[in-house]
Formats: sequence, C-alpha cells, structure tokens
Amino acid sequence: MGKMTKRRLGNSVISAFLLVGVIFVPIGLASLSASKEIVELVDRYDTSCVSVADKVGFIQNSKTDKTCTRTLTVPRHMKSPIHIYYQIGDFYQNHRRYVKSRSDKQLRYKEAAHLTKDCEPEGNTADGAPIVPCGLIAWSLFNDTYKVSINKKAIEVNKKDIAWQSDKNNKFGSNVYPSNFQKGNLVGGAKLNESIPLSEQEDLIVWMRTAALPTFRKLYGRIETDIMENDQLTVVIQNNYNTYSFGGSKALVLSTTSWIGGKNNFIGIAYLTIGGLCIFLAAVFIVLYMIKPRYVMFPLV
Amino acid sequence: MAHVTRLARSAPSSLLCTVSASLCLTGHIARFSGPGPLLRETADESPARSYGELDAAAEIWRRTAVLVLRPSPSPSRLQFFAKLKAMKRFVYINDESYQNDYCDNRISNTKYTLWNFLPKNLWEQFRFVTLSATKEAWDDYNRYISDRQANEKELWIVKNGSRKHIQAQDIQVGNIVWIRENEEVPCDLVLLGTSEPQGVCHVETAALDGETDLKTRVIPPPCVGLEFDQLHKLKGVIECPVPDKDIRRFDANIHLFPPFIDNDICPLSINNTLLQSCYLRNTEWACGVAVYTGNETKLGMSRGVPEPKLTAMDAMIDKLTGAIFLFQLSLVVVLGSAGNIWKDSEARKQWYVKYDDDEPWYQILVIPLRFELLCSIMIPISIKVSLDFVKSLYAKFIDWDEEMFDLENDTPAHAANTAISEDLGQVEYVLTDKTGTLTENKMIFRRCCIGGTSYGNECGDALKDVELLNAIANGSPHVIKFLTVMTLCNTVIPIKSPNGSISYKAQSQDEDALVNAAANLHMVLVSKNGNIAGRMSVVVLDCQSGKILLLSKGADEAVLPCAYSGQQTKTFVDAVDKYAQLGLRTLCLAWRELESEEYAEWSRLFKEANSALTDREVGVPETIEILRQSGINFWMLTGDKQSTAIQIALLCNLISSEPKGQLLYINGRTEDEVARSLERVILTMRITSSEPKELAFVVDGWALEIILTHYSEAFTELAVLSKTALCCRVTPSQKAQLVKLLKSCDYRTLAIGDGGNDVRMIQQAHIGVGISGREGLQAARAADYSIGKFRFLKRLILVHGRYSYNRTAFLSQYSFYKSLLICFIQIFFSFLSGIAGTSLFNSVSLMAYNVFYTSIPVLTTVLDKDLSEKTVMQNPEILLYCQAGRLLNPSTFAGWFGRSLYHAIVIFLITIHAYSNERSEMEELSMVALSGSIWLQAFVVTLEMNSFTFVQLLAIWGNCIAFYAINFFISSIPSSGMYTIMFRLCKQPAYWITLLLISGVGMGPVLALKYFRYTYRPSAINVLQKAERSRGPMYSLVNLESQLRSDKDTMMVPVATTPVKGKSSVYEPLLSDSPMASRRSLGSSSFDIFQPAHSRTSYPRNIKAN
Repeated sequence: MGKMTKRRLGNSVISAFLLVGVIFVPIGLASLSASKEIVELVDRYDTSCVSVADKVGFIQNSKTDKTCTRTLTVPRHMKSPIHIYYQIGDFYQNHRRYVKSRSDKQLRYKEAAHLTKDCEPEGNTADGAPIVPCGLIAWSLFNDTYKVSINKKAIEVNKKDIAWQSDKNNKFGSNVYPSNFQKGNLVGGAKLNESIPLSEQEDLIVWMRTAALPTFRKLYGRIETDIMENDQLTVVIQNNYNTYSFGGSKALVLSTTSWIGGKNNFIGIAYLTIGGLCIFLAAVFIVLYMIKPRYVMFPLV
Repeated sequence: MAHVTRLARSAPSSLLCTVSASLCLTGHIARFSGPGPLLRETADESPARSYGELDAAAEIWRRTAVLVLRPSPSPSRLQFFAKLKAMKRFVYINDESYQNDYCDNRISNTKYTLWNFLPKNLWEQFRFVTLSATKEAWDDYNRYISDRQANEKELWIVKNGSRKHIQAQDIQVGNIVWIRENEEVPCDLVLLGTSEPQGVCHVETAALDGETDLKTRVIPPPCVGLEFDQLHKLKGVIECPVPDKDIRRFDANIHLFPPFIDNDICPLSINNTLLQSCYLRNTEWACGVAVYTGNETKLGMSRGVPEPKLTAMDAMIDKLTGAIFLFQLSLVVVLGSAGNIWKDSEARKQWYVKYDDDEPWYQILVIPLRFELLCSIMIPISIKVSLDFVKSLYAKFIDWDEEMFDLENDTPAHAANTAISEDLGQVEYVLTDKTGTLTENKMIFRRCCIGGTSYGNECGDALKDVELLNAIANGSPHVIKFLTVMTLCNTVIPIKSPNGSISYKAQSQDEDALVNAAANLHMVLVSKNGNIAGRMSVVVLDCQSGKILLLSKGADEAVLPCAYSGQQTKTFVDAVDKYAQLGLRTLCLAWRELESEEYAEWSRLFKEANSALTDREVGVPETIEILRQSGINFWMLTGDKQSTAIQIALLCNLISSEPKGQLLYINGRTEDEVARSLERVILTMRITSSEPKELAFVVDGWALEIILTHYSEAFTELAVLSKTALCCRVTPSQKAQLVKLLKSCDYRTLAIGDGGNDVRMIQQAHIGVGISGREGLQAARAADYSIGKFRFLKRLILVHGRYSYNRTAFLSQYSFYKSLLICFIQIFFSFLSGIAGTSLFNSVSLMAYNVFYTSIPVLTTVLDKDLSEKTVMQNPEILLYCQAGRLLNPSTFAGWFGRSLYHAIVIFLITIHAYSNERSEMEELSMVALSGSIWLQAFVVTLEMNSFTFVQLLAIWGNCIAFYAINFFISSIPSSGMYTIMFRLCKQPAYWITLLLISGVGMGPVLALKYFRYTYRPSAINVLQKAERSRGPMYSLVNLESQLRSDKDTMMVPVATTPVKGKSSVYEPLLSDSPMASRRSLGSSSFDIFQPAHSRTSYPRNIKAN
C-alpha cells in the first residue's frame, strides 16, 4: 500500500497525431507529384472567338460564320492518350428543372418513345409527336466542334468510346433512333443523325451524364499520338454553342492522365497540409507535455 | 350459524362465544332480520363521514326522495326529476315502464370511432409522422376484440318480472342481474339477494383496487330474507349519485315499493354493491340491480388512460426539435426567397432551363417547397423509432437484471412503463413510504401490555413469553379479553380447507399478524364476517353470559381519548411510546361492556410488527447512504406516528443524531402555532445552510394540512432548503400533494412505496416505484417500476437510470447530428445548383441513410458503459452529471450542431474539389459525399462509445461493409440511376484517397479537442475512466468529491438557495469550448491529484480509507 507509480498520459494522442502525419505526408507527396506530371492545356476561347459587341446576337444568328482558329504551344511532352475536353463554366447542368428533364425509359426502349412526361417543356412537338431523345438535357446538347492539327498537320481525334461502356450497353438503346429532335422553333444545341441509334451517339451519352458542379469538363475525344514539347497545336473551332446569354465560359482542354486521374493539385496539397498540421500538433503536445507534465498516480496494490 | 370463536384447550372452555349484535352507532340503524345470531359490524368513521356532512342539497333531496316512493309519478314530478337528474339518478328496480335514457351496458375501451379515427388520429400524430398509427390501430382493434368478448357474454337478468338470457351489453339500468360463483360482475350492482341465508356474499376486487383479499358484501336490510321468487317481483327505487370513479364510496338510498316490507328509506353504502369486474367468490349466486352500466360504472369512470409520463429528456428533446424546426423554417424562407430572386435575375437568362416568362403565381412557391422537402430530413424521423427501441431495451435490461431479482419472493424487477428509464438517472427527490418500504413489512406479534403488565422481551416475541402463556393458562380475564379482541376485532375471513386447517385472508398485515398470534395462543377464529378501517369496533354478544361487548382497536391517539377517565392510561401511554421508539407499530385494543354503562375497563395491548431492529430490511441504510451521496434528497412520508418515524429514520441513516444532524419540528394545533413554527424552522434552515450539519424537518399530517392550505409558498422554500424531511401521519392525498409540490418546483421526483396508500403518490410522481412486498400488489401495479426490495433502488437509479440517461443523451443528439449533416450538405449543394432545390443524393440513398446506414450502429449504444457498474456504485456522486442534465442540454446540443456543420463543410468542400472538372459527374459525386458521411459517422460513433464489445464493433464496421454491399448491389441493377457507379468509384484510387482525407480532416480536430480536454481538463467521468483504464477504480471518494464540489461551487451555487433553474452544463461539447470550462484554470487546485508534489502525503491515506 501507498507505493506509487507514475503513468504518463497523452502518449497515445501524440503518437496518433504522429502516425496520421506520417501516413498523410507521403500520400500527399505522391498525389502531388502525380498531378504535377500531368500536362494540361486549357484554352478559353468563348470571348476571343467572337469579336463583335453583340455576342448573343452573333451566336444566335445562323448565318454568321462561327469558325475560329486557336493556336497553342505545348509546354511539355504529352504522352498519348491525350484527352480532349470541352469545359463549360457557369452552366447549371445540376439545376432542378434541367437535371430531371429526361426519360431514361425512352432512351433505352424503342417502344417507350411516348414516355415524355418528365421531359416538359421539350417532351412533344407542337403537333404532339414525341421527341426522341426528349427533355432539356438532350435538347441543349453541346455543338461546338474541334479540328486539331499538330504543326499544321491534321490529326484524327478519336471520338469512339468516349462514353461509358455501361451507358452504351444498358442506358441507351441500340434500336432507338432520334426522331422529331430539334424540330421546334427554338433550336437548343446539336442535332442528331437520325440514322444512328442512340447507343452510338456518344456525344449525347457523354452530355447526358450531367455534371454536379456548374463548371465541368466533358470528354470530346482522344488523340492517340504523343505530342512533343513546343509543338504548335492548331484547333479549328466551330463556335456554335451559346454560353453568352448567361455569361458562361467555354474552354478547350487537352490533358494527359495518370493513376490519380486528371490534373488536381487539391488532394496533394490538402494531404500535405493535414499531415503537416498533425506533425505540428504532435510537436505542440510534446512541448506542452515537457513544460507541464501530467502525471496520474496509481497505487501499486 | 358458524360465527364461532373457539378458545381451545387452555382457555376457559366457557368462552365459546357465538356472537350476535345489534348496534346503533352513528344514528342509523343497521337492522337485521332472519333466524339465527348474526354478527354485524359497522365502522365508526365511515358512516359519520357519509352522513355527518350532509349538506343542504342533500337534505332537499332527501325530502324529495320521499315523494318518489309512489309508483306513478305525475308529469310535473317527472319534470322535477329531470332537473334533479343532473345530480342524481333514480333506478327503478325491475320496471321497464320507467325506462330511462341511461347508457346501456356496452363497454368501450376503444379510443376512436369509425368516424373520428382519421381526423382525431391525424391530429394526435401530427407532431410526429404517423409511424405508430398502425400499432395504435392494432392495439385498438385488440381492445375492441376484448370489449366484444365482454359485451357478448351471456347472462340471466330479470326484466319486467320475467327471467331472460341476454348479452352483457344489453343490460339496462334497473335490471336485476344474476351472477354465479366465480363469474365476473358485468356492471355496478346493488346487491339484492344471495344464496347465503345471512345475506352476504364474497367478492374479489383485485381488478378494481388490486387488493387480493376477499371482501364481504351484504344485502341492504330491506331485502334481507327475500325468497328467490320474491326477487323476481321486487319493485322499488334506488336513489344514487351520478356516476363517479370513487370505488370506496356509494351514498345511496333504497326504497322498496309495496308489497315489500318497509315504507322507509334505507341508506346504502359501498358494502351493498357489487362493482363491475369484481368476481363473485365462495357464494353460489348473487343478484343485484344494475345502477351504473357500460362506461359509467365506477371502473369505467376511473379507467381513463393515465396521462403518459414525459421524461425530462423527452421534454428537452421536444424543445430541441422545436428549435430545429424553427431553424428549418427560417432556412426554407431564406433559401426559398434567395432561390426566387436568383431565378428571376439569373435563371431566366439560362435558356437551357427554359423558364416560362409568364408562369402562374404559385410558381413562386415551388422553390421554397423544394427546400422544405430537402430540409424535412433535418428533424430525424428515425429518432422516435430508435428511442422507442432503446427505451424498450432499457426496460428489458431492468426486467432481466439478475442482481435485482428478489430471491426471497421469487420476483424479478419489472419496468411496467418502458418510456421513462432516463428519468431514473435524473431523480432529485426520493419520497419514500416507511412501512414495508424501508421496512420489510413482516408483522410479528412482539409485545403487549395488558392491564398494566408488559409481556414480551427485547429479542423474542410475545408469543414465547412464558408469563403470557402462563396468564392464558390461568385464564386471567384481562388476557382472555385481550385475545378475544385480537381475534374478533378485524376483517379477517377464515377459510377452512378440506383437511381441517384454517387459513386467514386478511385485508392488512397487522390483522393477519394479530389473528395468527391469537391462533398461536389458542384462540382460533373459525368463521366470521367483517369489514372496516381506522379505528374499528365490533359489537359482539357473548352467548354464554348474554353480555354485549364493544370491542375496539385502533391507533393510540384514536383509542386512548376514549378510555374511561380515571384509568391509569399513563402506563399505556408510556408503553406505546416505548414500543414506538423501538420502531414497532402500535395498536391499542379496548373493550367495553355495553350493558353496564359504568363498567368499563380498558385493556390495551400493543402489538407490533416489524419495523425496527430485526426486521428492518437488509441494505436500507446503505442504499440511502449511497443515494444521498449521489445527491438525491430523501423525504419520508409515512402514516406512522412521529416517534416511530424518527426512530426508523435514524436507523435507516435518513437522519443523523446530534450533533451531526439536527431535527427541526414543525408542529402546532392551530394555524398561528403552525405558522410560527414554520417560520422558525425556515429561519434556522437559512442560518445553518452553510454549516455542514444535516438538517431535517419533521412535520405531521395535521400541521401539514394547515401548511399546504395556507403557507404553501413558505413551505416550498423550506422544501428547497431541506434535503431531508419526515412527514408523519400523512394521508395518501397529502403524500400526493407533497409530490406535486416538489414537481411544481421543477424537481424530478421518485415515489416509492408498497401499499395501497402510496398509489396516489406513485402515480403523481415523475417515477413511481412499487415494492412488490407483502402488503398486496396495489402499489406495484400502479407503479412504473416494481422491485422486490428497497435496496434495489440504488441499482435502479445508479446503474439503469444513469446508463439510460447517458445512452439516450448520446443517441438523441447523434440522431440530430447525422440528419443535420446530410441536410447541410444538401443546402451547400443548392448554392452550386442555382438555389433551385436540387437534391444531391438520390431518394434511395437518402432513405437508406436514415434507415440503415446511420441507425443501426448507434443502436448499439444500449450496450455502452462509460464507467463500469462497480465504479458507479463506488462513486455515486457521478450521478450529478445526469441529474443536472449535463449530457443533454442546449449547449451540448450546440456542440453536436457545430460538429455536423463542420463535418458537412469538410465533406462538401473536399468532395467538390477532389471530384471537380471531368470527374464532376452527378451520381459519382453524390456517392463520394455519401461515403464520406458514412465514414465520418462510423468514426464519430466509435469515438463516442466508451466500451467496446464485439456487438458494437460488428455493428459499426459491419455497417460500413453493409453500406458497400448494398451499394454494390444497387450498382449492379442496370435500370437504377446508380448503375456501375460504386464499382467505378472503388476502382479509383482518388476515391479512397478522398475518403481518407475527409476522415482525417473531419476527425482530427474532434479528436484533438477531445483528448486535450481529457488530458488537461478532465471531467469527473474522465477521471474515473482513467482510473478504470489504468488499474481499476483507485480514486478515493474524497478526491472525486472535492472535484465535484468544485464543479458545484462554480456552477451549482443556485442549488443551495433557490430552485434549480439554471442547470448549467459542464459537459463541454467538443466543438464549442464552453465558457464554463475556461473558468477553471489549467492548474486548478481541484486537480491536486495530478500534482504529485502536493498531495503525496495525503493520498495514501485516502487509499487506505478507501
């Protein structure tokens, strides 16, 4: 009785924070380096491609020539496959009215063409025939096109397999063909070739995977050849899509990929910050512990 | 006739008294006719009460009653009746022509009718979604079924002179109903005839009042001796009060019409009735006239569903729910307007959304309603289901608790009310009955003082006292009289079993003890009739000598004043006091020969029972001691005399003797005396409240009555000041009043008792605990909890109550946390989706989130123990945390609110940054955010759980696995929106990295804060946890106490002087640093135990003491 022993508390906290720090910092470094390796070219073209003051009038006029040529210099060697994305800013694909304005049944099954209830106001034509594919999403399909040439030499942009295979197989019917699409007074976006089934309309499939954020990128196609450093990249853009009336932006993006996906420094920086903080906290705890030790005494019984 | 008391063997053989009596006590004559000697008895008190207080209205009525006796009343008289009917009802016996508009005998326990079910139920369920409506409907259907069974039971009645076989529901007021032995009485009847020649029958009233003994009911005098045939033709009128629920009172008159004897009105009492749901026993048949039928019977009137008890926690949760509801409403209004503004300024430019330019006016409501839909999950529906579930488990834990199993009586503890376990942990006042609660209520005949001679000694009981035995053998007249009184003056019903042995069915423990004692002394009661209460007198005729004797028994105050003057009552007073001080219950017996008025010799004998020394229940003082340490105040409310009560209180540790404690008496006979006394006591209390002296006040029923009527405010102050109180000689209604008074001061009260006189107090208190002891089961039936022994109370409160409180505190706040979390994410998302009210999560995920993903792991909190039972029992002070509501209050709730906000921000920001640009696909992003929520909630539950059992680990991490399994499953259905999503995500390293980041950022600060507090500013609970984790509970009580006291000093100061209103919390929510915490400096002296230098010298001593 009465013999005391000291036990130090707080070790577990300090070691826990140290552990978190030790795990997080390497992950951060790995993510960051993977992100840094990715070569990404972003070229916003919506303002420079329209030189007139009345941009909305320009874009809505079907007579104007909307061709626009952009030249880019590749800063680093880009390894194939190189993804071409179009990036739209301040476009609310996640708006409540927009996001539900589609008919999955109609997209999948030929006999469900009449199921256009959710698609209003783009469900049926003025004379009541169902629109396939119906709804605001399909109606507003992106319709800018890009022709890419490297050092003046045109190269092919592979637009095959840009959509999810699962969507092509199970969400869009191979026997469902577009009909009555973009036949109304107001033409929203791209028109569809009525002889190609929906399951092969990959641009549509990509577009219909709605984005959760107002600024998003969608895959346009792939370049299957490497691009060397300092190569001149010329892109001829058909600047058709109207982002001007709502002040949105459009950009062309070329990017290589790595295990982490596209270029994203956020994760790496966040990991490094948290890892650093944890180590710092651990250090603070150690210092506190040195200055003001906490002992709890337990008797030896 | 079998009213024979035989004194066998050693008693003088002459004392074979076949008794018969005629007596006139309070002005009315109990008449009897019929052959053979008959024993009748009447209470001294009850008729006096019924007739002595006749007010003017009743007098008028009495006169009109005479008017109605004629069979055919004129129309004007009928009008007159109609007026009177508001107050009275007339029952014309067996006469259809007077048929009335009283309800028929159909009973209905259902709450709803076909027509009002929907609106009424919807209204009732309005506050919460109608999850329990089905259960309600089912329960009500079952009630309907059982009602129908009762209603369709067939029986014989006499209607207009002929016998008919009808269903119970068709009985009309005025019908004569026949009941056979062991049948249930279908409605309230006035007894008219029985198979027994002496006009009595026996009923079991257990369903009505819970008393299991048989009660005797007698035919009203005018009907005595009527033949079977005559009963069919009987006509007359019974005047009785409008239906009420008082099952002890029935003040009515009967008048029979010619040709039946009597033109006189005969009063009726409850003894002449057979009440609905009683059973006829030991009597071949009985018949009576229906006076109250259907839902108007005494049972029907009193049945009313008792107000559901609401725990303090429920009230707090309701309050918080209300706050969240307001928060939700304001969010909806703000976001709704913002959405409309944004729509008009921005969305109309967005051609792809295609808003109509001229839309109907109600479109302005669409966005607010969308937000209402999104925010509706803010109030967790699951909380009600989860709480119901865990509460029923708490109740089961109590039922299953082997340590609360009473081996002696073979009864387990039982929680009849499953909804109020948390309140057990918050009890501040315990109001306890003395008899049978603190004491075991085993009545043993211990001592007696007969004619000035005391029998019985210190340790043994009087039955073994040689002197007494000798006196009986010698036939000492006093002793024989004494035994006669003991045997006859009671309500015991002897039941002769086939083998000749006689057992007694007594209404009370003392009677049982007396008759058995007398039987042991060779005075055997063979058969008799009887009934009464309070002081009781029996008049018997001694057949041998022809003398008429009045035998009386009662409490000393009641009997002694009646003693013939000049008698040496002093001996008896002394004896009574002496016995009382030994903690014995005392009774005085007296007899008097009625014939010779002068001759009156009083024999008094005191018998007693149990109470004190040897019979005091095991573990009572320890239980009281522990519970008082935990901060619970004890009040003892007893019907006993003051000295007995004080003695018991001393023996039970309830009060301390001088100089440690001090008793303050409030007494006096008049209002002035009582007022002065009260004032003095309050002054003393105020002055000495700072001294470490245990003060207690003592008040008796008389003074209490005056105080409660005139000085209730002063008394309330006293109640707040005083931790202990003894209230003696209090009536059941006064007990209930005291409970009400404490409740009105916003204290949580627990009433514990075992007798019928405690029922009202038990029902009134927040928590009623009944001891399923010997004094019948009335208390246990009315109670929320029934336990076998008083000592189980400490386990009930400290273990079950405390755990329940802790668990519910966590569960309820966690439920809000997780609902708020998902809701905040939705709201943040709406800022990125044009404030249009888009839901980020699909409906399946939202539903599953509330129902599966987050509900199941947290349910294992019912197994969580922050401290081991042993530690809690050793450190009962820890209950303070529950009492003061420190684990669930607005400030802890704010902590959880802040945590959910923080976590929502973390999940949302990380998700939208990690899944930006080409990855910002809606389904994927929503699933990442959902996974983040699931991960974080798993970590939160893990962090908040204190103990880990296999079940808990399985539930928490099994739930995570189940989350993935469910989502893999949904992801493999091609038609679902989530098709392939989960598979795609799991293949991405980015997904796992993002989740790890969310967990790290979400939990890091929470963990750091928690451990910082745990290490540097531990609560008393933390201190004990540390002790437990290291080497078992080694902290001395002294240290813990000092800490708790410092807690109290800083935060609980108001307790001492004013009613506790500002119950502040010390439990600091993890994300909001409470100002209370910072008030205590880091190196506060209350934590000396952590400073080795200071306390090393004193510490070992504490250990030793421990």
